[in-house]
Amino acid sequence: MEFEKENKLIFQGLVKEYGKKRVIDGLDGKIADSRITSLIGPNGAGKSTLLSILSRLLKQDGGEVSFMDRSLPDYKSNELAKKLSILKQSNQTDVKLTVKDLVAFGRFPYSKGRMTDADWQKVREAIVFSDLEDLTDAYIDELSGGQRQRAFISMIIAQDTEYILLDEPLNNLDMKHSVHVMKTLRRLVDELGKTIVIVIHEINFAAQYSDHIIAMKDGKIRYSDEVNNIIRPEILKEIFGIEFDIIEKNQKKICNYFNL
Amino acid sequence: MKQGRKVIWLVALLVVSILLFMMYNTGNNLDYVLSRRGIRLATMAIVGVSVAFSAVIFQTITNNRILTPSIMGYESIFILFQTLIVFFYGDKAFKVISQQENFFYAVLLMLGFSVFMYFLIFGRQQKNIFYLLLMGMVMGTLFNTLSQFLHVVIDPNEFSIVQNFMFVSFAKMNVKLLGIAAITLMGTLVLTLRYLKYLDVIALGKDHAINLGLDYNKLIRTFMLIIALLVSVSTALVGPITFLGILVTNLTYELFKTNKHAHTVWLCSAVSCICLIAGQFFVEHILSFSTTVSIVINFVGGLYFMYLIWSSRKKIS
Repeated sequence: MEFEKENKLIFQGLVKEYGKKRVIDGLDGKIADSRITSLIGPNGAGKSTLLSILSRLLKQDGGEVSFMDRSLPDYKSNELAKKLSILKQSNQTDVKLTVKDLVAFGRFPYSKGRMTDADWQKVREAIVFSDLEDLTDAYIDELSGGQRQRAFISMIIAQDTEYILLDEPLNNLDMKHSVHVMKTLRRLVDELGKTIVIVIHEINFAAQYSDHIIAMKDGKIRYSDEVNNIIRPEILKEIFGIEFDIIEKNQKKICNYFNL
Repeated sequence: MKQGRKVIWLVALLVVSILLFMMYNTGNNLDYVLSRRGIRLATMAIVGVSVAFSAVIFQTITNNRILTPSIMGYESIFILFQTLIVFFYGDKAFKVISQQENFFYAVLLMLGFSVFMYFLIFGRQQKNIFYLLLMGMVMGTLFNTLSQFLHVVIDPNEFSIVQNFMFVSFAKMNVKLLGIAAITLMGTLVLTLRYLKYLDVIALGKDHAINLGLDYNKLIRTFMLIIALLVSVSTALVGPITFLGILVTNLTYELFKTNKHAHTVWLCSAVSCICLIAGQFFVEHILSFSTTVSIVINFVGGLYFMYLIWSSRKKIS
């Protein structure tokens, strides 16, 4: 299949336990390169845990993650920070920072706090890319949730990594901002060739904007395939436990799950 | 710029308070008075800087603006150590063991405590920093209670020796310790300055810090050791004074809206020195030694703390 042209991020036999509860149970898989992969599934399926393990925020209890033919723990943290970035869902901070300062942190792996002209250039590009020029000097604690989320995504863009992992980037965003964020991600993949993995709850955003879907339930991967092979009533019903009605429009699928 | 003007005001205030402290009502025996006051001033400067640095670092790694290292029980372990020495050697204690040796052992003990706590928390299982705080509080209470038990058991005369360590006082004039404390502080500061840039990133939170390529656990360990060194400097010189940290850091954050720790630590040091010097001046000349500087600072700090809680409550509602 086309999406399997190359896989640099591969995981095998991943296990994570909290106390006696196994939250993920023997996951094998790979992330398609230069694609948007959505992790979907009900609450507690282990999506965020998988994302945290792939990005070294969490240590697994078993199994291995291999990134560019090397095991993840073999990387120095700073080296990895230039190749792979992660943004978790809660980004509350009481630090007094402007948007520009925040985005500049994305250059930390390169600059170590001493920003060069080239670094500032990257910061400006990232701000333009995420459409935040008007808010460059605004303090992040004074922004709306959507603007703040975009500021953090802008920081990730400035970090300029080949791989970008995002945990529920649409959390608390209204529809307009959600679409805006997803379009930005789409452009990162289409124009700059990045690889993006997101955890997402709204099935229609996954269906519209991603290329590949990994569907999880009860700590296991049930399906991992191209979007059109996953967005089917019987598969979605198996994953989420409710009825789905799939409407096709402009070759994209829309899922209706209300009042069925 | 407005911030720049504030910095000038701060420095001016520091200079004025130093001059006032040194020059006010000197009397005729100028040499004697100035040298005595000079020693007190040096003590306050060393203590002010170490309190400011330790509090700023501690608040950043815990992401919490109302904590100081005193919650970790560093000072309790110091008091317990002093109590134990007196318990075993009696009133001969500080003839057997010199001030410098005492300081040296206390520093070692606090560093050891830091490492022990770190491995207890981050060793096999990955616990977060709040477990560290909780354990620190529990251990601190344990050490306090042990000390209190020994205080009851020992001879009242010996207790008065221990008491000397339990209350903050700048009148102790520990000239022997002053040099060694200054060297320890200098060394620690040189080490700290190299790490300050990482604090800016750690302030964003653990996940962001790891994402941006920091070796988070190793840095936390380093900062815990730095804090232990700084706390032992201030505690050995004047007693348990790190509570001052909560007042001075919050004043600094209130006055200067900066996120660069390379600036914050120095501004906070200046604020902290001003508080100490002004407090001491107040005690010496207005209250004529009828109370101690810690009571003045506690009183002002307590009022300010209530204001902090009040204003954050208003912000939420």
